[in-house]
Amino acid sequence: MKKFFFARLLQAAVVAIVVGALCFVLMRVLPGDVAMRIAAGRYGPDARIAEAAEKVRLELGLERPIAMQFIEWLGSLARFDLGHSLVTGRAVAHELQVQLGASVWLAAAALLLSLLIGPIVGLFGGLKPGGVADRVCLMGAVTFRAIPPFVMGLILMLVFSRQLGWLPPAGFGSPREILLPALTLALGLAAMSSRVTRNAVAAVARAPYFAFARYKGLSEPVAVRRHGLRNAAIPVVSYLGLQAIYLIEGVVVVESLFAYPGIGHALVHAIVERDIPMVQGTALIMGLMFVAIGAAVDLVTLWLDPRVRRTA
Amino acid sequence: MSTFDNFLFTRPKAAIGPARQAGAGLMILLSGFAIVGPVVIPSDPAAQDFGASLAPIGGDYLLGADHYGRSLVARLAHGARLSFGMAFLTMLAAAIPGVLLGLLAAWKGGWTERLLELVATVVLALPGLMLVLLLLAFAPGNYGPLFLGLALTLWVEFYRVTKTTTRTVLAQPHIEAARMLGFGSRYIFVHYVLPVIGPMIATLSAFAMATAIIAVSTLSAISVGLQPPTPELGSMIVELLPYYAEAPMHVLLPATLIFLLVLGLQLLAQGDRA
Repeated sequence: MKKFFFARLLQAAVVAIVVGALCFVLMRVLPGDVAMRIAAGRYGPDARIAEAAEKVRLELGLERPIAMQFIEWLGSLARFDLGHSLVTGRAVAHELQVQLGASVWLAAAALLLSLLIGPIVGLFGGLKPGGVADRVCLMGAVTFRAIPPFVMGLILMLVFSRQLGWLPPAGFGSPREILLPALTLALGLAAMSSRVTRNAVAAVARAPYFAFARYKGLSEPVAVRRHGLRNAAIPVVSYLGLQAIYLIEGVVVVESLFAYPGIGHALVHAIVERDIPMVQGTALIMGLMFVAIGAAVDLVTLWLDPRVRRTA
Repeated sequence: MSTFDNFLFTRPKAAIGPARQAGAGLMILLSGFAIVGPVVIPSDPAAQDFGASLAPIGGDYLLGADHYGRSLVARLAHGARLSFGMAFLTMLAAAIPGVLLGLLAAWKGGWTERLLELVATVVLALPGLMLVLLLLAFAPGNYGPLFLGLALTLWVEFYRVTKTTTRTVLAQPHIEAARMLGFGSRYIFVHYVLPVIGPMIATLSAFAMATAIIAVSTLSAISVGLQPPTPELGSMIVELLPYYAEAPMHVLLPATLIFLLVLGLQLLAQGDRA
């Protein structure tokens, strides 16, 4: 167990350093003067830009050697200080807190919706592999996977906002506004999780231990509960890790599409404005979220399937 | 932008099923449209004719015209060629290093493998889309960074699948026997490893192309990818969206084309899983 946490911590550290270095190098070699860009982001493009840029340059110490600036960034990271946004001047950690919060709500809503759709559809498909329900379920899943998330979002917007007028097409704050972006993500996720569930259920239903459970006289519900669910859950849970990756990436697309003020939206903005501390901070949080999700999934899998612990 | 999930749709099946036949047929039609279309269709995809703005389908313009009066059939053909070309190049740029490094890791083991594993883990720990977005910031609206960013995120899957499968194959007793009989690495690779990983790589390639098509159109649609007037399917959808009320079919055409391209590739890859 100690080894497991140590490995994850190491992974997190590697991610932090690599993300930092990568963002730093990339942003520095971008075309255009950094100070100029920041000034434009802060004061708008019509301000007396050269003057403002000079002020920004001195204020932020952008004239110092790049290596020094990078080491400084690592140093402050070790103190959990992500610096200040070059555009708004507020602490990056504070901005991220707000945006991450919004994104986490969106992701949670999407996950919840997808769990209401995917596994239930998958269960019906898996009970009779090759049957009509299974075929319909497969066709639906393939179709939904072939629709890019942004097209799905646009279709939902057109149907629910424009034609029916039920839900607002953009905005943030109320559950009504989170529903469309969450549903966009959820349909993509459900297309995947329904297949995982279907395969897992079919595999369990075929397994000898399940047949034995029935044979020794357990009733169907008891057999499913004692011998089916846990085993069927293992692939579904390990797949949740991949779903989380889809979620975090989907969040960027869906947030941009629905003008939802989350972390993906922030990342796109920060890149356009060359807000280096914001880009680094956002990328870092996204990277660490991957590590955290991976660790959480491993832990749950370990709990569901103790055999792994013995061989590990 | 992960193609891992696509594996879930594959079912172990040896024969060429109806799904794959349908996929192959669809891909032949679409690639024909993408390759032959731009050559056969005489109209310039960028030529504007404001008199024909939002011309209906079936009139002077075969599939109508967009808000600038540009021929939609020409734009769709060029867009399909662009998507196809980008997807194919991205797939090659991801598959070639991915497979070679995977083979290297499985063959050598030890430090070589540990180093490659570290690189793969780090790349996986970065959100793929973020990598693409960062590279795109270099040169907005260019093919180079877009293509490079996608390839950088997709190679890991080729690497992992190749490494795991090759390792399993190499660990089998009949390989040991072949080695002891004096057969070289080259012989073992061609006769034992290739037949196993070949179909898997083909499947992964089709999925990687589908992922690339979705990614390119998505990024263009959130206006950080290729910029108009490039006839890109994703940006065409967004460009035509404000005119949805007057010409709904015009918006649906590029969307349908993307859908069919991705569907074709996914169906084609069905059932190839070893």
